Amino acid sequence: MTILFFILLIFMVIAAIIAVETKDLLGSVICVGAIGAGGSLMFLFLRAPDIAITQIVVEVLGLIIMIRATISRDLTLITGDREFFGTVVSVVIIFVIFMAGIEVFGTLPHFGSPKFAEVPGSPSELYIKNGLRETGAANVVSSVILDYRGYDTLGEVTVLFTSILGATVILRAKSRKLVEEPDA
Amino acid sequence: MPYALCFLLFMIGLYCAVVKKNMVKIVIGLAVMEYAVNLFLIMLGYRTGGAAPIIDKTYLEPGTTQITANFINTSVDPLPQALVLTAIVISLGSLALIISICIRIYERYGTFDITEIRRLRG
Amino acid sequence: MKGMTIIVKTVSSWVKVFIFLFGINIVLFGHLTPGGGFAGGVILAASYVLLMLAFGRQFVEENLPLGLASKLDCIGAFMFALIAILGIVFGGSFFLNFLFQKYLSGQALHLVSAGTIPLLNIAIGIKVGVSLFLVILMLSISCKGRE
Repeated sequence: MTILFFILLIFMVIAAIIAVETKDLLGSVICVGAIGAGGSLMFLFLRAPDIAITQIVVEVLGLIIMIRATISRDLTLITGDREFFGTVVSVVIIFVIFMAGIEVFGTLPHFGSPKFAEVPGSPSELYIKNGLRETGAANVVSSVILDYRGYDTLGEVTVLFTSILGATVILRAKSRKLVEEPDA
Repeated sequence: MPYALCFLLFMIGLYCAVVKKNMVKIVIGLAVMEYAVNLFLIMLGYRTGGAAPIIDKTYLEPGTTQITANFINTSVDPLPQALVLTAIVISLGSLALIISICIRIYERYGTFDITEIRRLRG
Repeated sequence: MKGMTIIVKTVSSWVKVFIFLFGINIVLFGHLTPGGGFAGGVILAASYVLLMLAFGRQFVEENLPLGLASKLDCIGAFMFALIAILGIVFGGSFFLNFLFQKYLSGQALHLVSAGTIPLLNIAIGIKVGVSLFLVILMLSISCKGRE
C-alpha cells in the first residue's frame, strides 16, 4: 500500500514540475488538472471517500474557470530584466520556509499511527464513539461538520457567499454595454 | 516518507508563486500549494489498515445500535476530513475571485506580465 | 458562447439528467453514505455547466435566468441560518439538533434519521450549486465574443 502512495506522489510531483516550467499556459492548466486527479486517487486510498468526491468535482470546475482566463490570450514574451531586490527577497522567503519545514519534521507522528490513538479522551475518539448515539448520523464526518462543529460550516457558507458576490460584482462592471451588441 | 514528498509539492508551488512573472502562473502556484496542504492534513489522520469513518451494518452489534470495539480500533481520524472538506470548497470560491481580477487587469492593461503593470500606472 | 456540434448536443442532453439525479442522491443521503451537501452541490452546478458548454449560453439563460438563480442562492443561505436559529427557539443553544433530541428520532441507518442534518445538507446543496453556476454564467457573459 505504501508503494502505491509513493507512485501517486511522484506522479503529482512530476506533473507539478511540468506545470511550473512550461511556457504554454494551456499545458500548465492541464497539468494542474492531472495533479488534482492524482490527489483525488490519493484521498480514496487514504480512506477519505467524501473528500475524494469533493476534490474531483471541484477540480473539474476549477479547470473550467482557469481555462476561461487563458484561452485565446497570446502569451507575449516576458521581457524586462529582473530586479535585484526582488530576487533576494524571493530566495530569502523560500529558504526560511524550507528551514521551518525541516524543523517541523521531527515532531510529526509516524505515518500510519495517528495521534488520537495514543491520547485517550481526545475529541476524535469521542466523535467516533458517541457519534451515532448523540446525532443519529451514520456518516461520522457529516455529524462532525453539521452538528458538533456547525459554527465552522456557517463561517464557510459566509465566505463562499462573499467571494462569489465579489466575483459577480467585479465581472459585471462592463456587461451593461455588452447586452446591446449582438452576440458573436 | 510520504510527508517529505508532500512538502516537496508545497515548495514547488511556493517557488512558482513567488518567482514567476506571469499572473496566471502565480495563480497556478497558489492552486498547487492548496492541493499540497489538503493532502498533508489528510495524511496526518491515516491509520494503517484502517477503515473509512462510515458506520455500516457490519459495525453495529447485531440487533442494537451499539458500535463494536472493532470500529473504534480501526477507523481513521474524522476530524481532519471535516476541516479539509470546507477548505476545498473555499479554495474554489477564492480561485473564482482571483481569476476574475486577472481578467479585469488583462482588459485594462493588455498584458499578464506583472513587471509591465507596475510601470504603466494610470 | 456558442454551442457545439450535434453529436455533443444529443449525448449531453441525455447525460445531464443522470448527473443531476446523481447530485440529488449525494445531497439527500449525505448522512448515510459519503458525500454531503458540498460535494452534491458542486455536482448539481456541474450538470448545468455541461448544458452551458454544449448548447450555448442563451439556451441555459432561458432555463434558469440570472434573477432566479440569485434568489435561489439567497433562499439557500437563509434556510441554513433559519434552521440554526430555530435551535435557540426550541431548545437552548444555537445549532441544537432539536429534531433528533426532542421530536422525531427516526431509526438509525434509515433515510429519516439524524434530525436536522439532512435539512442542513439540502440547504447547503442548493446554495453551493447555484453559487458556482452563477459565477460561471457571469464569466461567460463578460467575455467579448470569445470563439
